[in-house]
Amino acid sequence: MTASEAGDVALELREVGKEYPGGVHALRRVSVDILRGDQVAVVGPSGSGKTTMLTILGTLERPTTGEVRVAGRDVVKASDSSLAGLRAFEIGFVFQGFHLQDSMSALDNVANGMLYTGAPLRERREAAKDALERVGLGQRITHRPQQLSGGEKQRVAIARAIAKHPTIILADEPTGNLDSKSGQAVLELLHELADEGATLALITHDEHVAETFSRRLQMRDGEIVGDDRQ
Amino acid sequence: MARLAPHELFGVALQGLGTRRLRAMLSALGIAIGIGAMVAVVGVSASSQANLLSTIDRLGTNLLTVTPGTTFFGANEVLPNTAIPMIHHMANINQVAAVYTVPNANVFRTPFVPSTQTGGIGVAATDPGLVKAMNSSVASGQFFNTASANEPTVVLGAAAAAGLQIEKVTGHIQLFVGGTWFTVIGVLNSMTLDTTLDNDVFIGLPAAERLFQVQPSPSEIYVRANVNDVKSVSTLLAATADPQNASGVNVSQPSNVLEARAAAKGQFTTLLLGLGAVALLVGAIGIANIMVISVLERRGEIGLRRALGATRRHISTQFLAESALLAALGGVAGLLFGAVATWVYSVAQNEPWVVPVYALIAAPAAGLVIGAVAGLYPAAKAARLSPTEALRAT
Repeated sequence: MTASEAGDVALELREVGKEYPGGVHALRRVSVDILRGDQVAVVGPSGSGKTTMLTILGTLERPTTGEVRVAGRDVVKASDSSLAGLRAFEIGFVFQGFHLQDSMSALDNVANGMLYTGAPLRERREAAKDALERVGLGQRITHRPQQLSGGEKQRVAIARAIAKHPTIILADEPTGNLDSKSGQAVLELLHELADEGATLALITHDEHVAETFSRRLQMRDGEIVGDDRQ
Repeated sequence: MARLAPHELFGVALQGLGTRRLRAMLSALGIAIGIGAMVAVVGVSASSQANLLSTIDRLGTNLLTVTPGTTFFGANEVLPNTAIPMIHHMANINQVAAVYTVPNANVFRTPFVPSTQTGGIGVAATDPGLVKAMNSSVASGQFFNTASANEPTVVLGAAAAAGLQIEKVTGHIQLFVGGTWFTVIGVLNSMTLDTTLDNDVFIGLPAAERLFQVQPSPSEIYVRANVNDVKSVSTLLAATADPQNASGVNVSQPSNVLEARAAAKGQFTTLLLGLGAVALLVGAIGIANIMVISVLERRGEIGLRRALGATRRHISTQFLAESALLAALGGVAGLLFGAVATWVYSVAQNEPWVVPVYALIAAPAAGLVIGAVAGLYPAAKAARLSPTEALRAT
């Protein structure tokens, strides 16, 4: 691989397999390149290996076989702390269950997203305020999660993911817990943010959501069975 | 590189405990009770030790006692009649007082009390300097002067007075001493430096010689030396009391006995400290237990933190810090419990309130260490958790 290629590819899987104890093959020989700035939807029924692929792309797990490169770094060989660094600075996660801490304000929940970057609290809070304004919650920064609607909670979670300006955003069914209207808004927000230059990979089982993406990966039984581009 | 500064770690740990306040307080309570018990034990013994030492200070360490020893074959030696005048001639002494045994004399309220019921009260003859030499005082009435020492008058030691049920000198109280009526003129406070004297009633030496043919050889001589010359006076006393047979004379320092007793009070606490340690162990297990539960409940948070860039080490350190902080807070609470318990005890016992300085550091530090040890397993468990699995559990 040449240097220029490594620069263009944000996420790269080569012949990746993942087997869990007990002989469950979550992924079988998956190969895919996702270019920098790409917006990709991963679709498929539950149990098809979408989430496993996302956690491997997000360096939360290592594959059993194959090669993975994230932002140019070899995930298989990298140390735990080097992968943690990658997640702290380069990758923003958005989950279906928002994973917000109820005891903290929206601002601190977002600021916590940068806890492991080593940035001091003041800097984190400033970035968090900017991010909350960016997702349209500038008026809600002191609210606790339980005072927010589902759509607002997911916006806080998105603000947490983007406050550190990651190059990669990984979203696992971000609209799964939302009504269609707020789901639509959250989806538009993610597209908008990714349009600023980040790579976006989003898991969904919802065809309507997938239709908004220029590239769609179809998964079934741990394999990619379709790669549609518009 | 992912980083987490120590003060951020502290904040994270504090926040983790803060979200489950009641549970944190209850599990810290075990440590607090254990450490509180230990602080109280140490504090109570230090308080009574301080009390004893202040008593010794008040009574003075410069009192020396001269008593006849025993011969090589076990027979009792006798101090020569010249002992007291000789000691009076020594340099660097302040007071000398002597006590003489009055043999075969007993004390009764009336002549009708059977002669075997002595109540363990002895009769001793003494001179007017005794109370001052012992640094004691008169509780009621007065001690002998040169005039009353000549008359059939009696002064009661504290325990003897209690036994005879004469707490106060009122009116004209008489006691039947060795077959003669004596008038009670005084009751003494306890003579802490030699409490065996408290069981005696005292009569003046001239009266004793006249009425009971007491040998003029003292059974005890009490000598107050100058504070800075106790050692030199002590070495010379035996030879001065009996130049012919210095080895037949015992010289002792009663304050040593009290000091030994103070030290013994310290020793006794070891057992109670052991009991406190058992409470601490139980508390530590409680904390380990609660931390394990906490790890299971907070899988979502752990997964999120991993996604946000926490290393395994960050996760384990966080749980270790929570556990250590929890137990350290328990230690501080225990220190307060123990200090308050000691204060209550010291007020009740009328003793000085002493909590050893080392306890101020040792109590929280012990909590910290116990918490860290108790947190080892839960922390390792948290770090081992797969982030994917953790994120699935909401």
